[in-house]
Amino acid sequence: MSGDVLVSARGLEVHFPVGGRGFRRKPAGLLRAVDGVDLDIHRGETLGLVGESGCGKSTLGNALLRLVPTTGGTLTFDGTDLTGLEGRRLKELRRRAGMVFQDPFASLDPRRTVAQTVGEPLEVHGLRTGKRARADRVAELLELVGLDPGVAGRYPHEFSGGQRQRVGIARALAGEPDFLVCDEAIASLDVSVQAQVLNLLRRLQRQLGLTLLFISHDLSAVRHISDRIAVMYLGRIVEVGPARAVGTDPQMPYTQALLSAVPLPHPKLERERKRIVLTGDVPSPAAVPSGCRFRTRCPYAFEPCDDVDPALQSVGAPGQQAACHLHGVVGAPAAAPEGVTATP
Amino acid sequence: MTAPVLEVEDLRVRLRTPRGPADVVNGLSYRVGAGETVAVVGESGSGKSVSVLALLGLLPAGIATVTGRALLQGEDLLTMAPERLRQVRGPGAGMVFQDPMTSLNPVLTIGRQIVEGIRAHGDVDKAAARRRAAELLGEVGLPDPVGALDRYPHELSGGMRQRVVIAIALSNSPALLVADEATTALDVTVQAQIIDLVEKLQAERGTGVVWITHDLGVVAGIADRVLVMYGGRCVEDGTVDDVLENPVHPYTRGLLGALPDLARPAVGGVVPDLATVPGVPPAPTDLPAGCVFWPRCPVRGDARCETEQPPLAVIGSADVRLPHRAATWCTDRTSGTESPAGGFR
Repeated sequence: MSGDVLVSARGLEVHFPVGGRGFRRKPAGLLRAVDGVDLDIHRGETLGLVGESGCGKSTLGNALLRLVPTTGGTLTFDGTDLTGLEGRRLKELRRRAGMVFQDPFASLDPRRTVAQTVGEPLEVHGLRTGKRARADRVAELLELVGLDPGVAGRYPHEFSGGQRQRVGIARALAGEPDFLVCDEAIASLDVSVQAQVLNLLRRLQRQLGLTLLFISHDLSAVRHISDRIAVMYLGRIVEVGPARAVGTDPQMPYTQALLSAVPLPHPKLERERKRIVLTGDVPSPAAVPSGCRFRTRCPYAFEPCDDVDPALQSVGAPGQQAACHLHGVVGAPAAAPEGVTATP
Repeated sequence: MTAPVLEVEDLRVRLRTPRGPADVVNGLSYRVGAGETVAVVGESGSGKSVSVLALLGLLPAGIATVTGRALLQGEDLLTMAPERLRQVRGPGAGMVFQDPMTSLNPVLTIGRQIVEGIRAHGDVDKAAARRRAAELLGEVGLPDPVGALDRYPHELSGGMRQRVVIAIALSNSPALLVADEATTALDVTVQAQIIDLVEKLQAERGTGVVWITHDLGVVAGIADRVLVMYGGRCVEDGTVDDVLENPVHPYTRGLLGALPDLARPAVGGVVPDLATVPGVPPAPTDLPAGCVFWPRCPVRGDARCETEQPPLAVIGSADVRLPHRAATWCTDRTSGTESPAGGFR
């Protein structure tokens, strides 16, 4: 890929051992939380990562920051191989890549002031040494996220959810990172506050030239903030492409179903709309189906889906890729099942 | 018009808190007809959950003071004797709570929890109740309903658990179903399944539904009538088309403008910033005098905003069955945040 790729994953795997009995138990199986992810995140873009709960999107976000060990594949950050990175160089990654967590109530230490929380990364990385310089930087960061620098001495309980999330963002920005992972950063906020935080993230991204990975199950929010969208299902990226293309002309049946299920605040549109209701639940990541992992719920599943694991292929708009056999056999995934003719 | 299933009049709830009395619900009135869905919308702290918990007598008695009237098929729930209320919960009103993970008992099988509800309200023997339970699970679309009876909640996924909770709520064919953020914890695909299910059952049995949510998308799909709550008051109500397409209250308009909208694509490749409602909702212990929304209101300007509470006044025609009403002094409907549907004239 071109030189403007900041984060790149190839065949990335995060498998966890599960089950087993007794003391010093032997694992009975593998939970494939992330199972062969190919993903490039370009410098300065916002990539939205969507999927249902349990699809591995949070684990992938954690893996990109080396917060969980990877068990296979390669992962590079700005050209540096991250797998096996240790010591000082891992610490440097921690400075250059930050995280905004889901729950602004749980992710701030209730016994530390805002200044202590936001100032900690500065201390850890030895930035802005000296009391005065550090206090100035904290004030600057608070202002950057739209908080009054005067609140630096206050404790988390004195803030609302939205304000706390701003503190969390200020902390993530303290080390002047290039890359920010926002894991469900607006999920626990009220609608009007969600809008404030979404606008803030967009402004910061433009102002600081950040690269954002925006993980969310809220497709409307993802569509709003992202340049590109990646759709994840059972540990694998099944579709990726420009936000507009994925949002309006999805090429993978799963993305189509996901989008059709998003309720829109327009009564007339809602009444006319045809939902693609998927049957059944997401299979367990400890028992991934053979072939295409979506085939057990796919309305279009046909012969090759049972045994051939589809790879991402270019379809639809420029830069759009989907992992679906429909594109290898018939033209469009919108075709009815009877129109599908499998190659003998 | 047939008699309404539920008729709420001037419902008020005051809670005793360490910080003084909190006026959580302040004069709420609405009615739910048979087969009708009323959506109660609002952000956290707007009093929407407390208002329905109060109806079913689920608020702690020592802490909550509930006044007003709430007629369920003609009987006042608020003055009802506890024994009678026990009989009514179930055949009269079923409730689905937000979190399917915590609203089932983890140490009892699914079957026992459904059978318990059925036998509490009817002289049914165990075997018959079990058959009925399996039937119900089948109706809510659970695969292998008979096998599911002997399973524990942890063996089911979130969507399946919520179906079980709905099956329990429906086990006595209630006249009224109250769903408090019933699909909020679920994925959109599962949410779509649950909504389809409730609509189907409603069409079959004529159940009246009160659907509490903060998701205006869900509201657009299911509601006949919408009630927007803010600071414990209804600030706007009307048919779903009136409220979502032609919102009048600045708060409703703010909420709609704050939504990222899949149906409103970027203009010329640039996605505009979302409209925001500045500030945070008022604490119920310290409600502003005058209009509850004025401290955050982008269009306040009327002299009465600060001092006088605006009444819920009819907008447009009062002759229609469900008039569109809003509680605001704001008469200039073109300023402030834009309606996403562009419905302002």
